[in-house]
Amino acid sequence: MRANFFKMNSAIRNGLGYTTLALMIVALFMVFDYVPPEAEQGIAQLIFYFHVPLAWVAFASFGIVAIAGIFYLWLGDQLWDDLGYAAAETGMVFCTLMIVAGSIWAKPIWGTWWTWDSRLTTTFILWLMYVGYLMLRASADDTPQVARFGAVIGIVAALDVPIVIASVRLWRTIHPAVLVTKQGGHGLEDPRMVTTLLVCLAAFTVFWAWLLMLRFMQLRTRSRMGELAVRIAFASAAASDKQVMEPG
Amino acid sequence: MEHFGYLFAAYSIIFVVIFLYVMFICRRQAALDAELRTLEARMAALTKASDESASSQSQPDA
Repeated sequence: MRANFFKMNSAIRNGLGYTTLALMIVALFMVFDYVPPEAEQGIAQLIFYFHVPLAWVAFASFGIVAIAGIFYLWLGDQLWDDLGYAAAETGMVFCTLMIVAGSIWAKPIWGTWWTWDSRLTTTFILWLMYVGYLMLRASADDTPQVARFGAVIGIVAALDVPIVIASVRLWRTIHPAVLVTKQGGHGLEDPRMVTTLLVCLAAFTVFWAWLLMLRFMQLRTRSRMGELAVRIAFASAAASDKQVMEPG
Repeated sequence: MEHFGYLFAAYSIIFVVIFLYVMFICRRQAALDAELRTLEARMAALTKASDESASSQSQPDA
């Protein structure tokens, strides 16, 4: 049963890895050869096709951190803590890349690397909260108390995700609202733009699932090894006590 | 091809960081494998000691 589970796990992991590779190649081809650049922004607009998927997988990760945090606080099972930690780490990588890619796009389009716009500011707050989460996890031992603090931070931080998404509608902003415009509908004028964006979204979703699975399985193994090490330590202590009690 | 440098920089950074993160995961995996081997060795030593102790107790005094 257990051997079958690990075989299935390994098959899913390999499948996700190869699918990621194939989809990424197709996505890059579409971005650089298939889709026309937007008329006003020119070639810099092509950054958008990776910027949006990076945002999507970052937000999905933070959603999983919150869900895992709720389940950990409710059930106290280490599995949920491992899932939350893995999702926070992968989410942080994608969130950082999303901010960096957006900043590189902003320089030629807005004339500045960064501005304290509502979308950018709320995203930066989100990023800072997850930096706090990961610093807590990295600096403290893996105790249930630290896991509980982490779960609470993860849940509170995830509350910022809907604010980030809604910020372009709630406040005056210079950040483009491409996917859902204020007039309704999306702002992608060419069907090839929509297709390219969908392929990039699929590529990053599969890639994210692969990374999350790899990291989650690692953290599960580490937790189980920690439990095993404690058992071995107890068993060896008991064995040495027995030798002292029965000399010769 | 105006702004090509920005496009190139954005995609390069994305792939370099992703590559570094995958490398980081691989290194963690290698460290985990090494730790697992240590635990297995300790477990084997403990089992052997326990077996020896059990067999010495089961032998009748001559």
